[in-house]
Formats: sequence, C-alpha cells, structure tokens
Amino acid sequence: MDIRDLTGEAVAAITVRAARSALTTLGTVLGITTLVITLGIAATAGNQIVGRFDELTATAVTVEVPENDQEIVAWDALDRVTRLRGVVAAAALAESKESANLSVRSNLLIDPTRVTAQTLTVVAASPGLPGAARGRMVQGRFFDSGHVARRDEVVVVGEQAAKMLGITRVDRAPAVFIGDHAYTVIGILGGLRREQSLSSAIMVPPTIGRRFGLRHVTRVLVTTSLGAAELIARQAPTALSPGDEGMLQVIAQTSPTRARDAVQNDVNALFLILGLVSLVVGAVGIANVTLVTVMERTGEIGLRRALGAARRHIAAQFLLESTLIGLTGGVIGASLGIVAIVAVSAAKEWTPVLDVRLGLAAPVAGAVVGLLAGLYPALRAARMEPVDALR
Amino acid sequence: MPEPVIELEGICKEFPTDPPVRALSDVRLRVERSDYLAIVGPSGSGKSTLLNVLGLLDVPTSGSYRLDGVETTALGDGARTRLRGSRIGFVFQSFHLLSRRTVVENTMLAEIYGGQSRRGRRERALAALDRVGLGHRAGFPPERLSGGERQRAAIARALLGEPSLLLCDEPTGNLDSRNTDAVLDLFDELREQGMTIVVITHENEVSERAVRRVRITDGVLAEE
Ligand SMILES: Nc1ncnc2c1ncn2[C@@H]1O[C@H](COP(=O)(O)OP(=O)(O)OP(=O)(O)O)[C@@H](O)[C@H]1O
Ligand SMILES: [Mg+2]
Repeated sequence: MDIRDLTGEAVAAITVRAARSALTTLGTVLGITTLVITLGIAATAGNQIVGRFDELTATAVTVEVPENDQEIVAWDALDRVTRLRGVVAAAALAESKESANLSVRSNLLIDPTRVTAQTLTVVAASPGLPGAARGRMVQGRFFDSGHVARRDEVVVVGEQAAKMLGITRVDRAPAVFIGDHAYTVIGILGGLRREQSLSSAIMVPPTIGRRFGLRHVTRVLVTTSLGAAELIARQAPTALSPGDEGMLQVIAQTSPTRARDAVQNDVNALFLILGLVSLVVGAVGIANVTLVTVMERTGEIGLRRALGAARRHIAAQFLLESTLIGLTGGVIGASLGIVAIVAVSAAKEWTPVLDVRLGLAAPVAGAVVGLLAGLYPALRAARMEPVDALR
Repeated sequence: MPEPVIELEGICKEFPTDPPVRALSDVRLRVERSDYLAIVGPSGSGKSTLLNVLGLLDVPTSGSYRLDGVETTALGDGARTRLRGSRIGFVFQSFHLLSRRTVVENTMLAEIYGGQSRRGRRERALAALDRVGLGHRAGFPPERLSGGERQRAAIARALLGEPSLLLCDEPTGNLDSRNTDAVLDLFDELREQGMTIVVITHENEVSERAVRRVRITDGVLAEE
C-alpha cells in the first residue's frame, strides 16, 4: 500500500468527522498547552529568580584573614581597596571568640522579674559596613571616621539585637551596657543582604573594639559593581596586605549556577508533573474516541478487508489517524502555549524565555500521545474478522 | 478446456457452537467463466456462509476450494487477503459506501490495497462509473444518491481492478422494483461482457434473471 494512499485515507477519515476530530484534539491541546506554558513560564520565572541571585552573588567578595598575633591587614589598608576600580563599598570587621558571647543590657527596661541582659556578639567594624553588607540604617546613622578618630563610645546595633534589647528609637540616645560600661546607641542597622548574622550583633568602632580584644581585622567585605568581582577578588589581597597576600583567603561566588539550577529544577519538576498529568488525560480522551470510532466503523473495516486490506493496513490507518489527531493537538497546544507565555511575560514585565526545542518537541509529544492512544483501538480494529465486521 | 472460476469439492462448514451448527454440508459446485449463477434458499439455510467461503472471507472446515485454479484452503491469512483483493469484487446488500466521500473516491478505494499504480486511478474509476452508467454522479457523496445509484456505485467499485468474480449478497435487498430492474439490467450487460457473477437472493425476480440457479437447504446444495 502506498504511503500517500494511507495518509489520504487517514486525513479523509479525520476531516469527514471534522467536529468530532476537533473535540478529540481538545484533550491533547489542553495537555500540550499546559506543558508548554508550565515549562515556558518555569524557565522564564526561573530566569527572573536567577537574575536576583546573580546580582547579589556576582558582586560579593569576602576576604578572610587568619587569626594571628601579628597584624596582617591594617584597618587603614581598607582605603586602598575602596580606591580600586569596581569597588562600590568595602568594610573591615574584627570578630573573636571572646567577644562572641558578651552580656549586653539596655538601660530602658529595668524589670527585676525579667532577664534583661542578652548574650550578644560584639564586632568591630569600619564605617563602610552598611554599604559593604548591603544593608540600610533602620534608625539613626552608622559611626563615621570622626567617631573612630575621637574614640567616641558609640555603638550601632543590629536590627535583631535592637529588638532583643527593646530599643526602638535612637533619637533620645539610648545606652547599652556591655559588661559594666555604657555606650551610646547611634543607629540600628537592618535589611542586611550579606552577613545576616550581623543583625544580632553590636557594632563598635575599631578604636573601641580593642577593649574587647578585637585588635586585628579578621574579615573584609567588598561589594563590587556587576562583573568586577573576579578582578577585585584578585586585586584585593595585594591592596590589603602587600607582601602577605598569600595568607589571605578570598571568597567570591564564581559559579552562581548551582543555586540557580536547584531552584529551577524544583519549579520545573512540579510543573512538569502537572503538564504530564494533563497529557495523560488527553491520551485517554483520544483512546476513548478512537475506540468508539473503531466500533462505529466496523462495516468500513469489513469493506476494506474485502477490498484486500491486510490487518496491518487497518492497524496502520487507525494508528495514523490517532497520531495525526495528537499531532494537530500538539501544534495547536504549542502555539497557544507560546502565546500564553508571551502574554504572561508581558503582563509581568519579564523577558520570555522561549526554548526552540520546546516549540518543536511539543507537536512531537502530541503525535506520540496520539500514537500511544491509538495502539489499543488499532489492535482491536486489526483483530476483527472480516466475516464478523461485514455482518 | 479453460480452468473454472470456482471449483468447490466436498466443502463443509461447522460452527463450533454448543451444539455445533453444520451450515454447509458436502457442497460441490463448479462455476465457469461468464456464468451468471443465483443461489437461493430459505433463511438460515447457509447462503451467507457459502458466500463468505466463496469470497475468501471465511475458511471452510473441510473440503477443497479452487479459485481460478488456485487451491485456497491451504493459504495463510495474508495470501488469502491478497487473492481476495485481486480476484473478487463484492457487492453488499447495504452498499458499504463511505459516507461524505465522493462516489469516485469510493470507487478508487478498490485499488489502494493492491499493487496498482496511482497514476490513472481516477480515470479507471471514472471508466468503471461510466460502465455502470454513473459517470455523471462521480462528484456526488453517496448521501445524495438514490438506492439504485448507490448500488451501482458499489458495483463500479467491485469492477475496478478487473476481478474474475463478482459476488453479490442480496444486491437488491434494499431496493425498490424500479431500481432492482436497473441493477439486474446492469448484471445482464456485465455478463455479456464476460463477467462471472454469483448472486445470493431470496427474490424470485432476481433468481429468474440468472442463467443458472442452485438451491441450498439446510446446508445442502442442489442444482435446479
Ligand atoms: N458465526 C456463527 N456461529 C454459529 N452459527 C452460525 C454462525 N454464522 C451462521 N451460523 C448459522 O449457520 C446457519 C446458516 O447461516 P447463514 O447466515 O449462512 O444463513 P442465510 O442462508 O444467509 O440466512 P438469511 O437468508 O437469513 O441471511 C444458520 O443456522 C446460522 O444460525
Ligand atoms: Mg444471509
């Protein structure tokens, strides 16, 4: 049998029952549309999430300074980093084990029934910290070089620490007691996007930090402009500690893809299952209608057998019919899906991510669904005995 | 002497029901080329069963059936199907035309399962339609034809591919007397052109027009 004759018969059988064929494709259209939309939206949305991840991680450089009796990085070495091209903000921090668990008390609440003293971490920081840690001053201000030079007894508390201490405003210059000594709170630092642990810490100027054993810089935070992180990661150690750069450990997020992949895979898996379920529903629809069609066309099957059609010819025709119906559903579904992705992206002001392979695979998936759905009905049709089919 | 078109020898057909039904019993029949044979008999006598055997749609339980000299009872399903497609044209009581496909498309259907070339198929189909006097209805769907025209379209389909045998099961069963006459006139013409025709019928009008008549009663065939 000529393949063109086979195709002609299948196409004729579909178009002769145009309304039914259209309704039969509906399930596949829905399934493929769902699949294309979900995959496309997942890719598009995933790309937006990635955008946020990338912006943060691609601009962060951290330099770890090993603990040492000698000073490896001087506090004023930070100026040399700040002057590097591509550095947006930089700050030096000093932390130690001894200063990690200090008893801090606020003078606002003196309630003997409550434990008002909190165990908090005290960190010495240079004035550039809010910018370097990508935070903002919730209240008041951060200490500046003047405070540092004058050795003012001022502190900035992290947002979390402020809550624990009951400090809500700084305009009346509240004080906190670290140990027995009082310090004036001049600001609350919050909204940290890096070094979020600082939210529950007390920041003191380096000149005050000496009292808590925070003599030497232990960490430098640098925020760079986009794309400059790699260069800064190479230049920062030399700028911070000429001659001893080998002792410094630089952390820069070189491959943000891991975070991206994890998020995208989760989203995709969920959406994929949804789409596949819809496809199965579509396949069941095609199988159902094709089976009904086979039963209705028993006489036609008998006639074709009488005209010399072998069993495989009958099977091939019904398989081709259901495959073409699936393919049509796939093409329509892919088109609808792509239109929907573009529409949603436009509404959300996203950049639509359209994978060409998706546009090609969707019709193929539809055809495969049709083919699988047609297997059983085609087998039933081929198995009919001509005598019974003609009765 | 030329090979007979049909040569049945001791054909039996038993249906394995409980109790078994013996629908054909030791049937012996020769049909020569250009014969016009009518098979008559009461309902349930085995006429359709015999036609199914003759049309290679069913295999007999025992006996020998030679079609154009080819022993068919030993053939496999595929070979039987090919032989059926190439040697036998069927005409059914209920026409079996595909709805909403034109008359000429319905006629061309007879060629798609054989090895014939696609080239000239439409012309051959139109020629077959002319032969049954339906050339002017080639573009019509069967729904818009009269009963007689439908049966003539079905006969044109059966004639396409030059079969050696035209097998008709109650070809006028669904037709009024005027249309019946038209179809019977057509059979006369075809026979004059050398076609071999076997018609199953219970109508006297039809069987009387045939050259030869056999009667089947309870599966036993007898010449009249
Ligand atoms: N598949 C079958 N299984 C069992 N018995 C059958 C089968 N087909 C036919 N028969 C029986 O064989 C006998 C002959 O049937 P057949 O159909 O050949 O009769 P017929 O002469 O064509 O009758 P009618 O004129 O009513 O069409 C009947 O008794 C019928 O019941
Ligand atoms: Mg019958």
